[in-house]
Amino acid sequence: MEIVRSQRKSSVTDVAPTLPLYRSAPALEVRLDDFELFAIDRLRVLKGISDGLSRGRKPEEMEKLVRDLWRTNMRHQNTSEVINKDIISHFVLRLVYCRTEELRKWFLSMETTLFRYRFRLEIPEAQRALMGEFDLLYKAVGSAEFESVKEILGQVARSIGQPLPNADTIFFKVPFEEVPELVAGRRVYICKGYAYVPMNQVVSLVVTQFRSYLSKALVLTNRKWTSTIREQEKDRLTPIVEALSTSYLGPDYSQPKEFAEISIKDIDQVANTSFPLCMRHLFEKGVGLKLDDALAFWRAEFSQKVGTERFDKEYAYSIRHNYGKEGKRTDYTPYSCQKIISSTPGVGDHHGCPYRHFRFTLKLMHFHLPQGHATRQNAVYHSEITFFLSTQTSTVKLTSKQIYDFYHDCFLLVCLLLESEENLRAALGKMGVSDRAVEDIMDKVRNRHYQLACTLTFEAVHDSSCDAGINHPNQYFSDSQKILQSKMVIPLGEQLGGMVCICMRQHELVDRKL
Amino acid sequence: MTKEKVEDGNDDMLIDGEPEQRQGNAIPEGFNANYLKVYYGKLFPHADIFKWISYGNDGKHPACDQSYFGRREFSFTLDNDIYVRFQSFNSAAELENSIKEKCPFKIDIGAVYSVDPAKRHAYAQAGDNVFTPVERELVFDIDMSDYDDVRYCCSGADVCLDCWPLMTIAVKVINTALRDDFGFNHILWVYSGRRGVHCWVCDGRARRLTNEQRAAIVDYFRVYKVGNENSHKKVSLMGHALHPFLARSYTEVLRAFFEEKLLCSQKIFATEERFEKILKMIPDDSITSELWGRWQESKRSSISKEDLNVVRWEQLKHMLQSGKQKVQGLRRCVEEIVFSYTYPRLDTEVSKHMNHLLKAPFCVHPKTGAGCFSMLLNDFLSSLPGRVCVPIDPDQCEEFDPTTVPTLSKLLEELNMGGLRADIDFDWDKTSLGKSVRFFRSSFLQPLLKSCKEEMESSYNAKLQHSKNSISW
Repeated sequence: MEIVRSQRKSSVTDVAPTLPLYRSAPALEVRLDDFELFAIDRLRVLKGISDGLSRGRKPEEMEKLVRDLWRTNMRHQNTSEVINKDIISHFVLRLVYCRTEELRKWFLSMETTLFRYRFRLEIPEAQRALMGEFDLLYKAVGSAEFESVKEILGQVARSIGQPLPNADTIFFKVPFEEVPELVAGRRVYICKGYAYVPMNQVVSLVVTQFRSYLSKALVLTNRKWTSTIREQEKDRLTPIVEALSTSYLGPDYSQPKEFAEISIKDIDQVANTSFPLCMRHLFEKGVGLKLDDALAFWRAEFSQKVGTERFDKEYAYSIRHNYGKEGKRTDYTPYSCQKIISSTPGVGDHHGCPYRHFRFTLKLMHFHLPQGHATRQNAVYHSEITFFLSTQTSTVKLTSKQIYDFYHDCFLLVCLLLESEENLRAALGKMGVSDRAVEDIMDKVRNRHYQLACTLTFEAVHDSSCDAGINHPNQYFSDSQKILQSKMVIPLGEQLGGMVCICMRQHELVDRKL
Repeated sequence: MTKEKVEDGNDDMLIDGEPEQRQGNAIPEGFNANYLKVYYGKLFPHADIFKWISYGNDGKHPACDQSYFGRREFSFTLDNDIYVRFQSFNSAAELENSIKEKCPFKIDIGAVYSVDPAKRHAYAQAGDNVFTPVERELVFDIDMSDYDDVRYCCSGADVCLDCWPLMTIAVKVINTALRDDFGFNHILWVYSGRRGVHCWVCDGRARRLTNEQRAAIVDYFRVYKVGNENSHKKVSLMGHALHPFLARSYTEVLRAFFEEKLLCSQKIFATEERFEKILKMIPDDSITSELWGRWQESKRSSISKEDLNVVRWEQLKHMLQSGKQKVQGLRRCVEEIVFSYTYPRLDTEVSKHMNHLLKAPFCVHPKTGAGCFSMLLNDFLSSLPGRVCVPIDPDQCEEFDPTTVPTLSKLLEELNMGGLRADIDFDWDKTSLGKSVRFFRSSFLQPLLKSCKEEMESSYNAKLQHSKNSISW
């Protein structure tokens, strides 16, 4: 059995017994399989938290959820090892999730949430000790000052349903920058740049510190990872680390054997009933756009087939692309929702999570085109490319020169922002989602809970709940088929012999549809 | 692309004026590159913009960061709708020359980056994200078109004196909160040139806010439920009391503007369609049906001398606030209605991210007459006057009249008229822009630079002290 030795020296003795601040990596020997298993256990906790957050759980529910997740996954038969498991798993995942901006963001958010609820479960003495650890040595507001703002502090307390403060309530006066979430929720009184934070909201201060510390630490870890660790550990830790971030802890949808293939002619029908939006996306994108009448002409053109040559080319490309993706260790299902959401579709790409990308990317370019059908068709095809142009926020841009290089006779005229939200609404409407449900879905989209938006869509379309949430396009499909079969609404599933699954990647599917 | 270059050499005719050709001094309304050239050449306050954006770093003080201005992103929109981001300039002269040469239809100001934004690609190869925004004014963008469901006088890009008070409210509410709550002092309000206002908070503390902190401030200001258009209640005020910020905004600004201005000017209760929208915000069927019935009646026999809107509003308030209505939610309803019709609506994305761009003050909003744009854009643009983005005095914002803000052609006319006066040093002083430039300097720029200097001074001294101490130790 291999042994992992940490080269960093440090001690964990000065850390509060139940809630470490993860200031330094432990000087512990860790068995290689513990390295991975601990990490997976912690990952289950973090994924559970992520689910809870995206489902919009209330703080009390989250508190219970975190406690349960922690108890279920972070136990150790040896009590004295519990704290080590906590610290080791954190540092392993820190390594795993330091490697890209997107990974860091997710990890930071989940670890911070975990820390928040664990902090809330601590007794007040331990909480104060932790504040001390963070050097949060704010002076409490003195009684004279308290009297002068007592009324207004009471008003804040009433506005958020908290008990009225009295002379015994401790308030800290801190720069508003340090309690962004209390500012955001109008949970504190703010005067001349200072927020008056009552003791029972101090968790926010601590969490902000934790978050900012961890955020910096992740960037440093990333540097270490790219400069030394990845190379040094290339035969041992690196494969584990690289596999862990993409590991998808749900069921495996990558094994085709159990399922019947769907013939292409059935896809239309299945698509209408059981495809998630990301797989219908292509057609909707063409027709769902809210175009001005002047542009109505193009609408029909968008959804027309492109030439066979183009089709073959793209089709072949996606096959190659898929095979190129094969062979990674635990990367079972590269196109789980998490992965789709975090990928940014490039120019002309058809994939990506529509809930996310509808929101950000659509722009329209209008070409003045010369006469002649062939050119027009090509240009229409290519005008799709130009949907992904720069906005004030994003620099993704296809310059007019690039377009001009392709088509000398195309004359670039206008670049105009369309409200992309309308497209998503239109697409959902086409799926038969009720107006009311569309609003709920849009709400989730705006709050960036894309998977939850998809789950709500599923629930609306199938008129049935989906407690597990949607985590994978194929899961959407198979759950949909299960429901439809049980309802006997569409006997398609039966025709195809029970369970059906599309074991295709998004590209492939989209191309077949084309 | 193959866009014709702007014809040069026409601009002097506007200055020297050839009256026999020009029919007096009237310059045709409109917007074209030649007008703009004169504007940038003679009127645009390049030096003031440079001074502002330098935040005191253009001085000789040893604490000055000489690279500061050069790390600021500028973005130009050129006349063929080409958008050039990540421009940077190392001096006032460079900035001015580039503006005069390129004659951008729009100038946007972005963030201060860690490295020169024009050279970002060179740094990108070094791996890591060296190129990242490090400073940015806290900015707000409020656009009248976001208020279309609560104004009946105009819609979309149009504004008039009946709906402009909505902007006045926004300036008052946000300005007071920025000063009193967040403690900011250097705040610039600017007419956005068409249908709204921009706000630049320039205190050092504001410029150094993280995206998260910016988002927190935006949320502090937000009372609207995220665009839930199906819900009749746009505003949801929960809890047993209003947060002090909301309470103050309500009693000091919103209520008065609603009752004294908008209620009658927008005729908020005048038609069935309008009052139904309000009744839907009341979650008590017995009250809504009673009011609805009464107002249906009174429609036929309106002999009252008092304004119909006022009468109905008073009736509604009476119903909701009378002793019988102990239910908290119903009492809150009056406030919710007022908030719905008056409270500022921010374009939140602009404020939340440091790397967002915002149009520079003193830009001119382009108006085009030429047929080179699509129908869509042309319609859109031709509905807008080409007005200068002039500063607004937040303390006098009631006086601000967007319809009298100078247009490009008006300024050129004035310039022609005053062209021969030798007693005036600056060209802009010959025009109605002078007032705006003077206001920009005296109320914003000078106090800002003074405090920049002080801040620089004190941080420098602290550093000196620190290094002294470390030596003596």
